[in-house]
Parts: sequence; structure tokens; C-alpha cells
Amino acid sequence: MSFFNEKSIIETINMIKVHNLDIRTVTLALSLRDCCGENVKEVGDKIYNKITKYAKNLYSYASEIEEEYSIPIINKRIAVTPISLVGESCKEYDYVYLAKVLDEAAKEVNVNFIGGFSALVEKGCTRGDNALIESIPEALSQTQRVCSSINLASTKAGINMDTVKKMGSIIKQSANLTADKDGIGAAKLVCFCNVPGDNPFMAGAFHGYGENECALNIGVSGPGVVRAAVENLPKNADFGELANKIKQIAFKITSTGELVGRRMAEKMNIPFGIIDLSLAPTPAKGDSVAGIFQAMGLEHAGAHGTTAALAMLNDAVKKGGIMASSYVGGLSGAFIPVSEDAGMIEAAKSGVLTFDKLEAMTCVCSVGLDMIAIPGDTPDSTISGMIADEMAIGMINKKTTAVRIIPVPNKGVGDYAVYGGLLGEAPIMKVNNLSSDIFINRGGRIPAPIHSLNN
Amino acid sequence: MSENKIIVTISGKDRVGIVAEVSSVLAKYGVNIEDIRQTIMQGCFMMFLLGDIGGSKFSFKEIKDALSQTGEKLGMEIWTQRKEIFDKMHTI
Repeated sequence: MSFFNEKSIIETINMIKVHNLDIRTVTLALSLRDCCGENVKEVGDKIYNKITKYAKNLYSYASEIEEEYSIPIINKRIAVTPISLVGESCKEYDYVYLAKVLDEAAKEVNVNFIGGFSALVEKGCTRGDNALIESIPEALSQTQRVCSSINLASTKAGINMDTVKKMGSIIKQSANLTADKDGIGAAKLVCFCNVPGDNPFMAGAFHGYGENECALNIGVSGPGVVRAAVENLPKNADFGELANKIKQIAFKITSTGELVGRRMAEKMNIPFGIIDLSLAPTPAKGDSVAGIFQAMGLEHAGAHGTTAALAMLNDAVKKGGIMASSYVGGLSGAFIPVSEDAGMIEAAKSGVLTFDKLEAMTCVCSVGLDMIAIPGDTPDSTISGMIADEMAIGMINKKTTAVRIIPVPNKGVGDYAVYGGLLGEAPIMKVNNLSSDIFINRGGRIPAPIHSLNN
Repeated sequence: MSENKIIVTISGKDRVGIVAEVSSVLAKYGVNIEDIRQTIMQGCFMMFLLGDIGGSKFSFKEIKDALSQTGEKLGMEIWTQRKEIFDKMHTI
């Protein structure tokens, strides 16, 4: 005979049904290092065969688990070895072809995104890295499901400013080649500092060099659940009580993710990798990180105090989650994408949340400037300046930071970019018009920072 | 074995025959009922049922589908979940 508690059952069902608790992604992380070869077509065949073999049951097993626990698993995804490495083994490079192979393989196994069209170039680029980066705009415009990420900086290596400069132009071209869809190409491209190799979330997922042959990584979410819990506390509850409540909820969310992740790995007969406990918002009403700030007592995201609220939230989520799983990894924390969060969209639209405030918030959130639509005529060097700033925040603070901004072609401040689905929609935000041109054109590398004299 | 335990949660407007209907489906599908509790919450009838599917020759999915159909027939919402999710979420 076993025991059950009705209150716990109601709480769990409410978290799922009313407050949008879900498993945001089950991501199969797969090494493609054994797919190298001299002939690009043969490499493509090896990649296609390996992905379709390993991921054959990813979708159906995830659906079975969804049924068993009645918890939605929103996305089934794949992360592979940075393709710059695999493609570099060919005599003649053809990265666009390899991107198409990834796209076909993802389609075959019914996953909505495949990440790993990537290069890790924090210190410098190999010939293959350069070729991959040059091919990004075309690759993203000719595929549906491929996501690309470039690591441009790290605390140990500094910032690769040559490639920061280049990425300003690559982001712009990626948006321009997908102008008919409001520049969606740039929404599938992210620049990182201190990128983790086990992140299951897109667009930044790839399978890092120090990882297993394959693993099942999982991303859980639940901003709506946290918001509801915070809302239910009395308005005069102090920050100790607030942090404690968030930790308790994060523990519950993560335990559920751990259960699903382990069951999924068991079914697929591969190792369980990590759980990424991230508060990843969706455009659904209430499923918003900005909504948590309001529940904490700020009039809206962007008010003075938002950075402090986010810092506490991010930290409490990690503390609660870490208790619930042996292996926490990825980007764990709170995401602040603009277009994917109904509350952030509203705040940006009404002008109370600015680009500069978002940048400040990235000092304490788990990732960075995310899904921000900017005017399509923003100069390349200004975009590179934004990337450089964000890389500097990550490098100095020893944290992961990222930039996913979309210069929306033919649109300006006051217009909207509309992507639909989880990518949502975004008002185009005002950017600083001062020139960064001479600074960005210097090139070279910003040296790694000193690790003492911390002031 | 805890993995054979399921929790069936039934909610909706109270009426005659809910328990009879649900338990007859469970009996048909070889599910042993280990515990049943019921309550009225904010005017809504709620019933919680702990079952063991270890002795059933039907799959979890078949049992869940049968219960969902019964729910539709009764005009009640029925959730069928493996018990593990509650154990994991609410215990340290």
C-alpha cells in the first residue's frame, strides 16, 4: 500500500493546467566527431545517418512520457558537435550543404530545431571556423530548423574582436536574407561569451567538446508557476520569505524535470546529461518573467529595482533547483527574451523597458540580450558594439552572456516584428545612434581580464 | 513497485454513479484500487484514486484512454498520471 496526499495532487495539476508548467525541451546531444571525412557528400551522409539513427525514437518516446505524467513536453530537439569542426575535415568546404543535411535529418525525426551550426572562436578562428561563419546567412535562409551559435569570448581568453566585428555584418545579412519573414534568420543565430557545452535550449544548443558520445539533456520551465506562488504571498512578505518560496517552487519544477529526463534517457538507452532549470517565458498570458517582477511589487519590467528583482530570482531558482538534481547545467536561471514574453513585450511597447535597461539586467540574468528587434538600418558596427558590450559583461563577471538581436529589414522604431509560435512578436526598440565604427574597426583581441583586484 | 502505481483524479459536477462507473472501467482493465478519497472543493466534486496497474494486461495508454473516454461520458475531467510525478515533486 502506498501513500498519497490530495493537496499535492491538486497543486501539481494546477501547476500544469493553470500555470503552464511544462518540460520546455528534451534535447538529444550527439557527437558528430566521427563523421569527419575528406568528401563533403560522404560527411553529409554520415551526419544524416547518425542523427536519424540516434534520434529515431526521440519524438515518440517524448510523447509517451508526456502521456504517462500528463506534463507537456513542448519541444524535441537535437544538439550536435560544432559543425565547423566536422566540416573542416573536408577537402573543399561546403557548410551550406551540411546545414541542409542537418535540416533534412531534423525534419526526418520530427524535431523542430537542431543546434550546432556553431564555432568556438573566443581566441581566434581556424579556416573552417571562418568558412562556417561566412556561410551562416545563406545556411539560415535556406533551412528551417537549423540554429547557429558562435562563442566569441571567454573569461580565460578575452574577446575576439575581429570576429565580433564580422558578426555585426553576419547578423545583418542573416536578417536581410530572410526579410520576407521579418529577419527570422537572425532569430536563429546567437553570439556567446563563456558558452556552456551542455545547454539544451535554442538557438544556442550544441554538443560540447568535453561531453559524452551522446546524452539526453532537458530544459524545464515555469515562470507562470513562480509568478503565481509569489502573488499568493502577502504584499509585506520580506525578501527572505520571497526567496524561500521561489526556491521551493524551483525545487518542485526541477524534480519533475529530473524525473522526465531520467525516464527519457532510460527509454532511449543513453546517459542522462543535465537538467537546465531555466525560467523560460512564452508569449502565453501569465507565463512571463516580467509578470514575476510585477508580482514582486514593481509596476512593470524596467522600473528601478528590476535588476535587483532579477538577481534575486535568478539566484533563488538556482539554489532551489540544485537541491533537486544531481546534474544541473546549461544556462540555468531566468531568461529575459523580449519577443517571447508577453509582459516584456508590453513593457517595451509602452517604452518603460529600454535597450539600456535590458543590458543592465543581463549582468544578473542567466543569458543576455535575447530576441530584441532593432531597426533594420542599424549599422553593422553598432550591432558589433552591442555584442562587444555583452561579451565584456560575461568576460568580467565570469558568466555566460549572449546576444540574439534582430535588425528587422525595412522596419523602424514603432513597427513590429512578428514571428509567431514560441518566438512571439516584438516592438522594434530604439538603439543608441552614436557611432562605434572606429572602435570596432580596430580589430584584434581584448585581452583576458585579471582575476584579482576585484573592484 | 512504485512505477506500477497510478493516480486518477476526477473533477466536475457531482452526480450519481461516478464511483461506480470509474471503478467498473478499472476492474475491466485489471487495475487494483488501493485507496479512494473524495471531497468537495469550491463546489466542485473531486475524487482521488490510487491504483496498481502491475496486474493489468493493458498498457498505461490503453487504461488512460479508457478513463478519459469515461470522463467525457460523465462530463467530468479525468487526469491519469503515474504516481512517481507526485512523489518526486513533493518529497526531498
